[in-house]
Amino acid sequence: MMRAGGWLLAAAALTLPLWLSSAYHLHVAIMAGIFGVLALSLNLLLGFAGQLSLGHAAFFGIGAYTSALLTLKGEWSFWPALAAAVALAGAAGWLVGRLSLKLRGAYFVLVTISFAGVISLVSVNWIELTNGPLGLPGVPAPELFGWSLRSKTAYYYLVLAGLALSYLVSARLVKSRIGRAFVALRENEPLAESVGVDVTHYLVLAAVVSAGMAGLGGSLYAHYTRFVSPEVFLFTYTVTMVVMVVAGGKGTLAGPLVGAVLFTVLPEALRAAASWQWQMLAYGVLLVLLVFFLPRGIVPALQALRRRGAS
Amino acid sequence: MTLAVRDLAVRFGGVTALEAVTFDVRPGSITSVIGPNGAGKTTAFNVITGYLRPAGGRVTYDGVPLTGLRPSAIARRGIVRTFQRTSVFPALSVEDNVLTGLHLRGTAGFLEVLAGRRRLAAEESGLVRDAAAILEFVGLAHRRRERASALPYGEQRLVELAIALAARPRVLLLDEPGAGMTGAEKTVVSGLIRKIREQGVTVLLVEHDMRMVMGISDTVIALNGGRVIAEGAPAAIQAHPDVIRAYLGAPRDPA
Repeated sequence: MMRAGGWLLAAAALTLPLWLSSAYHLHVAIMAGIFGVLALSLNLLLGFAGQLSLGHAAFFGIGAYTSALLTLKGEWSFWPALAAAVALAGAAGWLVGRLSLKLRGAYFVLVTISFAGVISLVSVNWIELTNGPLGLPGVPAPELFGWSLRSKTAYYYLVLAGLALSYLVSARLVKSRIGRAFVALRENEPLAESVGVDVTHYLVLAAVVSAGMAGLGGSLYAHYTRFVSPEVFLFTYTVTMVVMVVAGGKGTLAGPLVGAVLFTVLPEALRAAASWQWQMLAYGVLLVLLVFFLPRGIVPALQALRRRGAS
Repeated sequence: MTLAVRDLAVRFGGVTALEAVTFDVRPGSITSVIGPNGAGKTTAFNVITGYLRPAGGRVTYDGVPLTGLRPSAIARRGIVRTFQRTSVFPALSVEDNVLTGLHLRGTAGFLEVLAGRRRLAAEESGLVRDAAAILEFVGLAHRRRERASALPYGEQRLVELAIALAARPRVLLLDEPGAGMTGAEKTVVSGLIRKIREQGVTVLLVEHDMRMVMGISDTVIALNGGRVIAEGAPAAIQAHPDVIRAYLGAPRDPA
């Protein structure tokens, strides 16, 4: 049943450009895909390893800048630049993980916020490299075998591939002993240690994979909007990721995807329906209702409903 | 293969929790640590398993020093503990609790997992079989799919025991395994502890229930005020004047 639903969704995602004719709708789908990558990334840390990173936009931004700078100034082609974006963001994740080894809860959150703050300041002030607040225009569109992925349809498939890869990495990790070690950290750290789970190792691993995935999202974003500025480090990006993960259902594989689609499509739909003030109000009210009635998220609520139906 | 504790000293601020504590846990034995509240029993456990650094002294297993190692590294050397307060992975199913305990038996590395190597599926099903066998052993096979936090207290303590067993201990340290259990449940646990020892695992336990202690121990170590006051066979300890005094207080001087 679940599996059939999954295949149906995959088929829908693959054929989406066929029945979404408008470029605007396709744009929304691309943004949902990019945010899907980011939400999956945050979910590894927040949902599975149980550590809230409120500086996740930093890894996203590092990915975006790395990819943009390498293609613009280093004249690299897109694919190695993408790999470098993942690697550099992953290295930043390693740094944050090592810095906050002994820190949990609020202290971990503070380290991640501070890290994002520092990186953001660097992007504004290191003008020779980043062009400061003016940003970097003209980031080239990716090419595949000499074939430009400039069109929205082509880019949609690129993002979809990135999303599928992120999902596959998450799913394989989570279903392995590595994922069980992540969850053990979240559930009961002293007990995890008592059975030989090396807490430090798995916390850093979760941070590296999560940050690398956010770097992938950053690179996809940079080459889509073709413009990168210090705005990529805005706290709003982090908040959006957290909302997507929490509303969708943290610690589930499907939750971040559901959250990403919902909270990308919803603001756009509201924009069509209401004036700006009402949009924000409606968005806020919906969020409060979701947290109030589905505190564990949409996907866990659906799973509970299905279990109740089965028994 | 002796677990040796030598001259252990622990201080919390000005309070001496352990002072010159020395004892051996003979391989294959069931050894109990007893003593009134605050005697330092759990503190000794915390030092042996790496959760607490001692101010002085050392712990060795088979001649190899354990002091200064992290708990996970000590577990890798076969010294595994349970906790005084119930400690499970609450949101996970009973089976996943035990699978997490089997962590060290898995070998899947990061890149292999990402590559989805076929070997891993075989390893995974092997682990699931191991988990099933352990759950069968502690008598929780029928609870396999239930959330650990939904189980009654006594069964949660059995889940805890199953997690520790999954880590394949050579020395198993049990911190009050019978606490809060009914008489019948305690009998079950005593039986399990004996069976665990029969499989070649050395057991060191902290326990308040004297009937349980005297019934299963080969050696009893009595602590009071952070010091070892007596060590010996259960019967000898029961009759030891210092132990009686520690529990009941000194007899009043005839006036």
